[in-house]
Amino acid sequence: MIELRDISKNFGLTHALNHVNLKLGGEQCIGLIGPNACGKTTMIKSILSIVVPTKGDILIEGKSIKNDVSYKAAIGYMPQIGRYPENMTIGQVVDMIKSIRNSHEPLDEELWRAFELEGMKDKKMHTLSGGTIQKVSATIAFMFNPKILILDEPTAGLDPLASEILRDKIKKERKNGKLIMITSHLLNELNDVLSHIVFMEEGKIVFYKDIESLLEETGQPSISKAISHLLKNLKA
Amino acid sequence: MKKLIGLVIKDILKNKVILIYTLFLAAFGWSVFGLESSTAKGALSLFNIILLSVPLVSIIFANIYIYNSKEFIELLVSQPIKRSTIWNSIFIGLLIAINLAFLIGIGIPVMVFTPDTIGFSVILTGLFIGSIFTSLAMMSSIIAKDKARGIGVSIMIWLFLSLIYDGLLLFFMFQFSDYPIEKLMVLFSSLNPIDLARIQMLLQIDVSALMGYTGAIFKKFFGNFYGYLITIGLLMVWIIVPYLISLRKFNKKDL
Repeated sequence: MIELRDISKNFGLTHALNHVNLKLGGEQCIGLIGPNACGKTTMIKSILSIVVPTKGDILIEGKSIKNDVSYKAAIGYMPQIGRYPENMTIGQVVDMIKSIRNSHEPLDEELWRAFELEGMKDKKMHTLSGGTIQKVSATIAFMFNPKILILDEPTAGLDPLASEILRDKIKKERKNGKLIMITSHLLNELNDVLSHIVFMEEGKIVFYKDIESLLEETGQPSISKAISHLLKNLKA
Repeated sequence: MKKLIGLVIKDILKNKVILIYTLFLAAFGWSVFGLESSTAKGALSLFNIILLSVPLVSIIFANIYIYNSKEFIELLVSQPIKRSTIWNSIFIGLLIAINLAFLIGIGIPVMVFTPDTIGFSVILTGLFIGSIFTSLAMMSSIIAKDKARGIGVSIMIWLFLSLIYDGLLLFFMFQFSDYPIEKLMVLFSSLNPIDLARIQMLLQIDVSALMGYTGAIFKKFFGNFYGYLITIGLLMVWIIVPYLISLRKFNKKDL
């Protein structure tokens, strides 16, 4: 469903993405993993055309994203740091997105209820804590039943209870046949969520594997152990 | 698009600066006619105030608004909306808000005191100048990365077009006063929107006779119907071109 063809992105002299080719599809929950500054967020932002790649093309469901924005209706995106108009309330932000999306499908308000946002509806965005902003971001990402979910560090900043709710929701949506892409450093939290791993390093994709073969090849019991094992080997 | 423009206007009107600006313009609009003996003189004094204040307020206000909407823009870009729709909506929203403030503040008193061609030109040029400097703000805010620099660039643009350009022109005129430079002067003056507006205004109230030979040339060139059309055309270019440059840049910008 998502295909990256020879994507490169330069910020001045740094190559954030370096000839990335990747094809993701089906009911997968992909963990996008790599050391800091390896290009994970840039890749996600390129898919959403928040960042415009220097070279290459991205196809969503077979269509190039270059001159058509309608594909974004099929994507729910939760940014790493949600940034919202400061003097709008939670309710206004959600209503605005609803009216922009103008979706006639029934809305998925499960997270809205689970995070108890109804009671905070009239709070302004600039008064919210980082965790609450994350909750709003997650709610918006899941609200329109998108086929593709892109979650950038979803559980960072959430309290254990909220991150439990979010993890359960991710698992549920995976069962509903959605393509989910997650970047995270908190690998222990994602052990039972992920089905595949994309490992990036310095703007390149090192490998794209399912969890079983990853654990088998490294001989480690968990994803986090396997990844740190790989990272050590990379440095050596 | 209509929804977005509505959101932008609602957001701007929540901002108290635009209300203060309206009150400020209204204070001048109503008081100047009381101070001057004739309404034509009043219109001219008011016009000078407009030429100085409207560009400055439009460019700075629009600039700050665009920087403060950064989050709003970021949020919208991840939704299924074209970037050009977002940018157009912000531009149109700003144009409506700034020109509405002008119409309420200046338009009403001018229409009360001088409901004739002079009054009409004061309002029309004021609307043009406000729109031009909003468009320039769109451009400067996309060229400069952060708010401080963007406002710096804006102030430079304003300073250049309202003071430095005229200074250079005067210097040039005195240095080459022995040569037949009148036609060149027409060309150079028409490259600056503030000068254009001023010339058009001076021709309306017929003081060009006081400006000697250059004034006569100006009258000959700008004073007829084609000159009027050319002026309007050039002012339109000043609105459209900076905006199109900003739109092109915005479509390729990393957010």
